[in-house]
Amino acid sequence: MIFDLAIQNAQMLLVLALAPLLTGFIRKVKARLLRRQGPPLLQPYRDLLRLLRKEAVLAENASWLFRVIPYLIFAATWVAASLVPTFAAGLMFNWSADLIAVIALLGSARFFLALAGMDAGTSFGGIGSSREMMIATLAEPATIMIVFTLALLAGSTQLSVVAGFMLSPAVGLRVSLGLALVALVMVAIAENARIPIDNPATHLELTMVHEAMLLEYSGRHLAVIELAASLKLLLYMSLIACVFIPWGQAQPGGGASAQMIGVAAYIAKLAAGGVLLALFETAVAKMRVFRVSDFLGAALMLGLLGTLLLFVSRSL
Amino acid sequence: MPALAEMIARGRLIEAHRPCPRIAVEEDLWRAFASMLAEGRATLLGLWGEAGAVHMGLLDEAESAACIVTRPCPEGHFPSVGRAHPPAIRLERTIRDLFGLEPRGLPDPRPWLDHGRWGLRHPLAIHPAPVSAPEPYPFLTSEGEGLHQIPVGPVHAGVIEPGHFRFTANGEAIVRLEERLGYAHKGVDSLTTGAPIERAARLAGRMSGDSTVAYALAFARAVEAALAIEIPPRAIWLRALMAELERLANHFGDIGAICNDVAFALMHAHCGVLRERVLRAAAASFGHRLMMDCIVPGGVGVDLAEGAAAPVRELLDVARGAFPALIELYDNTASLQDRTVGAGVLSMALARQYGCGGFIGRASGRNFDARRNLPYPPYDALAFEVPALSDGDVNARVWIRIREVEQSLSLVEQILDAMPEGPISVPLPANKSGEGMALVEGFRGDVLASVRLDAAGRVACSRLRDPSWFQWPLLEAAIEGNIVADFPLCNKSFNCSYSGHDL
Repeated sequence: MIFDLAIQNAQMLLVLALAPLLTGFIRKVKARLLRRQGPPLLQPYRDLLRLLRKEAVLAENASWLFRVIPYLIFAATWVAASLVPTFAAGLMFNWSADLIAVIALLGSARFFLALAGMDAGTSFGGIGSSREMMIATLAEPATIMIVFTLALLAGSTQLSVVAGFMLSPAVGLRVSLGLALVALVMVAIAENARIPIDNPATHLELTMVHEAMLLEYSGRHLAVIELAASLKLLLYMSLIACVFIPWGQAQPGGGASAQMIGVAAYIAKLAAGGVLLALFETAVAKMRVFRVSDFLGAALMLGLLGTLLLFVSRSL
Repeated sequence: MPALAEMIARGRLIEAHRPCPRIAVEEDLWRAFASMLAEGRATLLGLWGEAGAVHMGLLDEAESAACIVTRPCPEGHFPSVGRAHPPAIRLERTIRDLFGLEPRGLPDPRPWLDHGRWGLRHPLAIHPAPVSAPEPYPFLTSEGEGLHQIPVGPVHAGVIEPGHFRFTANGEAIVRLEERLGYAHKGVDSLTTGAPIERAARLAGRMSGDSTVAYALAFARAVEAALAIEIPPRAIWLRALMAELERLANHFGDIGAICNDVAFALMHAHCGVLRERVLRAAAASFGHRLMMDCIVPGGVGVDLAEGAAAPVRELLDVARGAFPALIELYDNTASLQDRTVGAGVLSMALARQYGCGGFIGRASGRNFDARRNLPYPPYDALAFEVPALSDGDVNARVWIRIREVEQSLSLVEQILDAMPEGPISVPLPANKSGEGMALVEGFRGDVLASVRLDAAGRVACSRLRDPSWFQWPLLEAAIEGNIVADFPLCNKSFNCSYSGHDL
């Protein structure tokens, strides 16, 4: 029991500690791909520290909601991130909530961020919020379809159960899983405001989605939101790793050595994910805002197809 | 339909002006010239004022003939050209702001460069007026259900020049864009008036930092025309070398920056490397990365030392090796093409009406290049093509730049091969008056310089007209029907100058 609690706490702290590193790592890889030196790996931590030390400037007509929202977003994202099994499955919190809860938490965080974008009444915030909502209306149903596919296969929406099922020989080679994987990757790209949906490095206020909602934030508020964004990226990578490549993950009842292997495997998976994301982002341009619906519509259809296939044929 | 030459014969010729004629006209002839512009029989080169007179530059593209028409206005007003010929509207608003001369019949009563922060009105008029309470600036209205305004700038999220853009949009679809410029006004007109030639030349080189060579060249050529002096051949060729290097650096930068605006940083990084190579070659050969103040009236300020051309030759090799792969990358990246093709289309009719120069005009079918249409040495002795397309979209503007890079690489090689020996400058005659104008092709388009020197050899009146004057208004037209999120891309493909425009 104590050991379980320790592992659970270790996992919660690990995701928090690793999240900025993942962001820094992706930036570094992208910079190297562009023949640049790039900022040091630890730069995101320094940025967070710098922001924390700075004064938080508030817009004159910002409401109390504007001040509270960064913490709400952070809390929701952190809780969601600790629900996803990273290096070990079957942790205490895993049983308290399932994949649907993770999606609901992220959806609430997004809802609050969109509110904050509109709170100060600037035009950029409004633009960002409206674009974010357009993305949400397509990304969230797509995610739900993916969850259905997994749930139908594994017989549960509990992530630990899904991971355990994926490790068992009962999985076989399934088309619907492939469809779900592609759809989940597409959703993850959109949810994390990455190229080709959004550009996390842009300075062009008119093209922003995620950044446009944050334009009025500064100081500790901005730091907390930035950390939440890093956490969300880590969450999605962990989710993909947990569901589709759970190998190496410590299973319930595993000892300390299994946990160590789990941590090593987890970090290797994150690194691989980071490299792949950087490669992909370097190779494509951002799409027109109105093409986003095509992109996410495809994700939704893939998810739907994956679910349907399971009804049509038990072996697909 | 009288041609420009016949019209010129009807005015009073002012002898001192070179190389093209300058004539003084009365009201009816001024109106006749204005209607020539409105009917498309001539292109507006520039419209500027001085205390008590307005000047208009006209170009007959078919005859490759230019002239300057002066209308003295002792009563403080002149018939508006902009009433019938919209490209003149902002120029006339500027004349009213600076010199207090009223363009009678101008449809737009609002100020342009004057934001009410100068402390006085009409600062360059004979009798400046004290400023009253600052007046609000009403933007043009668009009414309809669901329309909302998006104010952008003058302070932007990135480190770029200041300009205000007022969008009226319906969701993402842009209904109207209105620009407001003038934030980078630095009073070049008044700073140059009465200044010695050397100081005025330095100011000219600072009109717009990315075009410093083009501006310095235009100003130097105008002064040399006014003084009727010939400069040594080596200086002419060195100037062309600098001009082409500047064009290369800016085009490399632009091609990369346009791609970066759609988050395709790979092109940006590689083009950035090439641009940096050009700048370093310039620094190694001429001692300044942007070649600022290297061109002076009378010749050039720095010679290309023995062996100093080696970095430039090396640059040619590097660029020729790397650039074809980048063109291929641009052309074969579907996600990039998806953004640039069909975005921000500028019609050929508008490009012609506005006499829009540079890659913007040439991408919309206006095949004009001052190096070829009004040739100045050494371009008359060099072989090059002027690329032109008619699509008018962002993609066409990128392709014009790509083709111009290839032409400039060839030009640099030709110039290096044919570089004559000899002195690099001649002293300017002291205390000599005269008037001159010059049209020089900068990377953005044709830069116009007009200079009048007084008997003490000082600048009595000078005007530098940036190509952006005829490009900014077209951005408003090109963006219509696009979406808000595509504006930065279209804007970057235009890449108009704020500083050069704001004077």
